Amino acid sequence: MALRIIEAGLQTSIQDSGRHGFQSSGFSISGVLDSWAAQLANITVNNRPGEAVLEMSYVGPSITFEADMVIALTGADMAAKIDGRPIALGKPIPVTTGETLQLRTARKGLHCYLSVKGGLNVPSFLGSKSASLKDNLGGDFTGRLRVGDSIPIHTPLKSKPFSWQLSPELFAYINKNEKKIRFLQGRQIDWFSQEAISRFTSTPYKSSPQSNRMGYQLQGLPLTTNKSKDLTTEAAAFGTIQVPPDGQPIVLMAESQPTGGYPKIGQIIQDDLPVLSQAAPGQPILFQTASLAEAQRELVRNKHSLTALRLFTEMKWKEF
Amino acid sequence: MNNLAFFPLSENAIMIDYGEEIRPEINKRIHQLSSAISAKPFPGFIESVPAYTTLTVYYNPLAINSRQPYEQACFYIEKYLPFIQEQSLESRTVHLPVCYDEEFALDLAEVADRNNLSVKEVIKLHTNQEYYVYFIGFAPGFPFLGGLDPSIAAPRRRTPRRKTPAGSVGIAGRQTGVYPLDIPGGWQIIGRTPKRLLNLQNSQPALLQPGDQVRFQAISKQAFLSWEEKSWH
Repeated sequence: MALRIIEAGLQTSIQDSGRHGFQSSGFSISGVLDSWAAQLANITVNNRPGEAVLEMSYVGPSITFEADMVIALTGADMAAKIDGRPIALGKPIPVTTGETLQLRTARKGLHCYLSVKGGLNVPSFLGSKSASLKDNLGGDFTGRLRVGDSIPIHTPLKSKPFSWQLSPELFAYINKNEKKIRFLQGRQIDWFSQEAISRFTSTPYKSSPQSNRMGYQLQGLPLTTNKSKDLTTEAAAFGTIQVPPDGQPIVLMAESQPTGGYPKIGQIIQDDLPVLSQAAPGQPILFQTASLAEAQRELVRNKHSLTALRLFTEMKWKEF
Repeated sequence: MNNLAFFPLSENAIMIDYGEEIRPEINKRIHQLSSAISAKPFPGFIESVPAYTTLTVYYNPLAINSRQPYEQACFYIEKYLPFIQEQSLESRTVHLPVCYDEEFALDLAEVADRNNLSVKEVIKLHTNQEYYVYFIGFAPGFPFLGGLDPSIAAPRRRTPRRKTPAGSVGIAGRQTGVYPLDIPGGWQIIGRTPKRLLNLQNSQPALLQPGDQVRFQAISKQAFLSWEEKSWH
């Protein structure tokens, strides 16, 4: 009753909604980079919210199923095939023992998510199944998954094919070339000149290939601060846009350290974090300001969308 | 206490700023507020992250029944302030044995040279002080310790090490700290403790907690090598 890793891909790991409550002991929250896609993966197979999934980045793995089960893929399109048959995103897929899922390089976006109906049967560490790749911490699978790893699942399931799937529109944000990203004013925004702020909001930035789960290193016109003093280390979070002395911004991602020492020009609103997380190196990112009220309204809107989708799939699974 | 500044770090985090001064007396108030909230969390509270002069409170705005969740959460937090006792928290002193032998003290000679001191004098100055844990950050269980004698301060290494061995005791500017894991880092390493700062089997995995006092005790290489981990607390 397991998923067997046959080819590891570039960066495949177990992630859930993160390890909360231990930042004051220095632990990163970690968890999925694209929470929208990961939640849709769980919704498709009617799992409880926050169930652990596989996060498969850049180049996907090959996985052999060692039980009958129902899986779903969401997020970046990695030209998924099971024993040669192409697989749609956002659709429950019954698989049988011995079949192999093969993923390739992401065509658009970076991260693809795999959920298994009933969830992955792996232990939690400090309340979460998420691997922390930088510290090599987690449950049984602390880092990247490797060839030969066998990830137990909770419940095998035999099923006929499903006739429905989620709308591909739900993944349209991944296919857009130009990424519009809204941000709240950072706590040190007044350390930056008007010129720097207007550069930041009027010229494109691009993610560099050095980006990883800790942070996306951006490249564009440099942002300089007026202050010569150092920032006293304070909290930083997923979405914090900090600017080191070289003026090239870094967006802290899911594996952000709990605290940071660079001035913050902004904080990306949560609704736009999935969009940014899927931005491949070289894609233009355009930053624009947003208000806290707008950001919190988007959270509510998002929750309503996910609830509606969940009601739909729950109903469909009842017919099952 | 009355001039705290609140700032929305994000849709789900409030940073409370206690001013610019880095002092244990002020930092203790941060930990007191943090403990007060954890002891009796407000609706939607997730966790809080203390740093030198700030406390950042994470919350779920969707769990706060208000059209203005940020304002409501600030209001909840302000309600804890009158109940925080002014007397200092009971603080624990943790003794950390450190071997300053050259095998472990990778940068001790350089720190001594830079400050025109002998290696022995640096060790003496490092073990003479009582240090204060301002907060844990940077890496799991990594304490930011204040109280370093300024005469042994040293800037970070130009090139960070790709791997600093677990237990390494380092200096960066006027801070000293201990690496709990083998991780990359740029602090100047002056010794190593055999004591484990992280125990991943514990429900509270970090040995040191914010607000603790720390004393370093020099031990011989022999004592380091024959060190046996006893129970923690």
